[in-house]
Amino acid sequence: MFWLNQFLQGVLLGGYYALLAAGLSFLFGVMRVINLAHGSLAVLGAFIMMVIYQTLGISPLGGLALMLPVMALLGVALQFCIIEPSLKGGALVPLLATFGLALICDNVLFSIFGADTQSFAADIGTLSYGSWAIGGIFISQLACLVFAAALLVLGGTQLLLSRTQIGRRIRATAEDEDAARLSGVDTRLVRAATTALAMVMVGLAGAALGASGSFDPYAGGPQLLYAFEAVVIGGTGSLWGTLIGGIVLGVAQGVGGALNTHLSQIAGHAVFLVVLIARLYQGGALSAYLRRLRMRVA
Amino acid sequence: MTHAYHVQRWTRRSIASTALIVALNLALLAGPLLLSANAVDHLTTLFVYVMLAITWNALAGYGGLVSVGQQLFFGFGAYGAIRLSQAGVPVYAALLLGGVSSAVLALIVSSFMLKLRAGEFAIGMWVLAALVQLLVSLDPIVQGATGTSLLALNSFAPAARRADTYWFGLLAMAGVALLLFLLLRSRLGAAVQAIRDNEEAARSVGVQVGRTKRIIFVLAALGAGMAGAVWLATSISFQPNTYFGVQWTAYMIFMTLVGGIGTFEGPILGAILFFAVEAGFGAQGVWYLIGIGAAAVGFALLLPQGIWGWVERRYALRLLPVGYMLNLRGGEAGRQRGFARRPSTKPPAASPASEPS
Repeated sequence: MFWLNQFLQGVLLGGYYALLAAGLSFLFGVMRVINLAHGSLAVLGAFIMMVIYQTLGISPLGGLALMLPVMALLGVALQFCIIEPSLKGGALVPLLATFGLALICDNVLFSIFGADTQSFAADIGTLSYGSWAIGGIFISQLACLVFAAALLVLGGTQLLLSRTQIGRRIRATAEDEDAARLSGVDTRLVRAATTALAMVMVGLAGAALGASGSFDPYAGGPQLLYAFEAVVIGGTGSLWGTLIGGIVLGVAQGVGGALNTHLSQIAGHAVFLVVLIARLYQGGALSAYLRRLRMRVA
Repeated sequence: MTHAYHVQRWTRRSIASTALIVALNLALLAGPLLLSANAVDHLTTLFVYVMLAITWNALAGYGGLVSVGQQLFFGFGAYGAIRLSQAGVPVYAALLLGGVSSAVLALIVSSFMLKLRAGEFAIGMWVLAALVQLLVSLDPIVQGATGTSLLALNSFAPAARRADTYWFGLLAMAGVALLLFLLLRSRLGAAVQAIRDNEEAARSVGVQVGRTKRIIFVLAALGAGMAGAVWLATSISFQPNTYFGVQWTAYMIFMTLVGGIGTFEGPILGAILFFAVEAGFGAQGVWYLIGIGAAAVGFALLLPQGIWGWVERRYALRLLPVGYMLNLRGGEAGRQRGFARRPSTKPPAASPASEPS
């Protein structure tokens, strides 16, 4: 029972990691950019949400409705001010520029809010502690909500990409930018929309972080690592893989933490490394197997 | 007219400047005898920064491998020194071997980390640094986040310790710089830059990609490890959180980008600038860090070749030549634009690793 509980809590935690990783995975999939400011921007989202609660005192959903458009606008600014110009400089410049952005973001937050650990669990009413008891196992309502949000975001992105006009344009831009432009797609606009969308996902993850846990101005680094680990474990470029990756990471941390509190983080990182090495050494065999499996399903 | 051009590495000016730099290093040896205690401490710090900057530049600027996890080697060098010193190794030997232990660690992890590409490698290194930090914190000697001290150094008188640490730092810096200088001038230097510019093309003309990358990666780790060991010798105390902190990589990126990524002299200039900026604004705390971040973004986007890269291109100035010059009829044209080497920030061939969903 104890282990089942740990496992389930790990799966639910994995929902958060998948939500966190969705934006990173999406941006990488479309633009081949790894945004090193990803974690810091999620923390920024959490801080924006906190400020909205503290100054306006509105409902959780209302706060989200205010914060997400702000994040989308920030995404457009990020695209035009940093990502777009840095893409011209090659593959390494976006890394350096977004790393600098993360440094700025963390320290600006620190200068405004100080080093205190924050949380707005108190602002969202019963949601923060409400839970269902199923046969001696307590399932947090908030964790379920976050998990559902992750499913919604990943599924929604999949639908958006496969079924809608903008989705086709995003895929065309990702596939071959010049050809897309020749066919009349405004690729600059498409990329701005992509980053805006990724930032909305980042905002959702930030809201989940602030509601279910605590955060401080320097929490961005670890969040970036978790997101990245979830993406790599699940296999880069696959949105559903990201969900699996998040769950594997969450379960590893949950089970590791149950053995020894020190082991929680170590287990997460270790699983990431093991998957990485396994993928590199049996890359061919493993991916061929997965491709066959996917074809059978499809 | 037999030749319309000739290839040249040493110019009269670069011979003079290299001799001057060697002389300056020799003069620095006299530092503890002439300078105040405060100045000696400051110079030791500068040596650490120079080591960090030139080795990160070797990795990113020449090798095209951007790592945001070099704090792994910085911290591990210091940790290795503490471990060895506790095991009874004489303290300065322990510091030297601590730096070497980082290189050994790099050799081990290179077998899988170097298979990663661009951004994956960058964050993968950070994950590895986080993992090693956690493991080091588990060591009973380190006592979790509390940390420990290099107690063996306390047996020296403060003045003697300061001077010894200064000389150790100076020799470590000069050694790492010389190693790098010779390496970049060798065939391997050309090979690693070929890999940076286009890995597939380099492989097709017979460059041993894996081995070349590994050498530069291990050398960069050696430099960061030595820097960590020298830092430990100056501050005595060791806390995993500070030694394995990502801010070290932030400093390396700042120094390299501002000074000039992919040039040999640039990062040294960057380290001196960073040292000056820290002395002037370090007390400002977060605003200083915000400035560092803003400068990194600004230089990456607006002046990617950095200050030295700009000077070098404009005035055809080479102080420590690692490339070649093509002199067209020995005269003006070569001076103006006859560089055989290209600016560093060229895009490595984008290789779609997986299809976007």
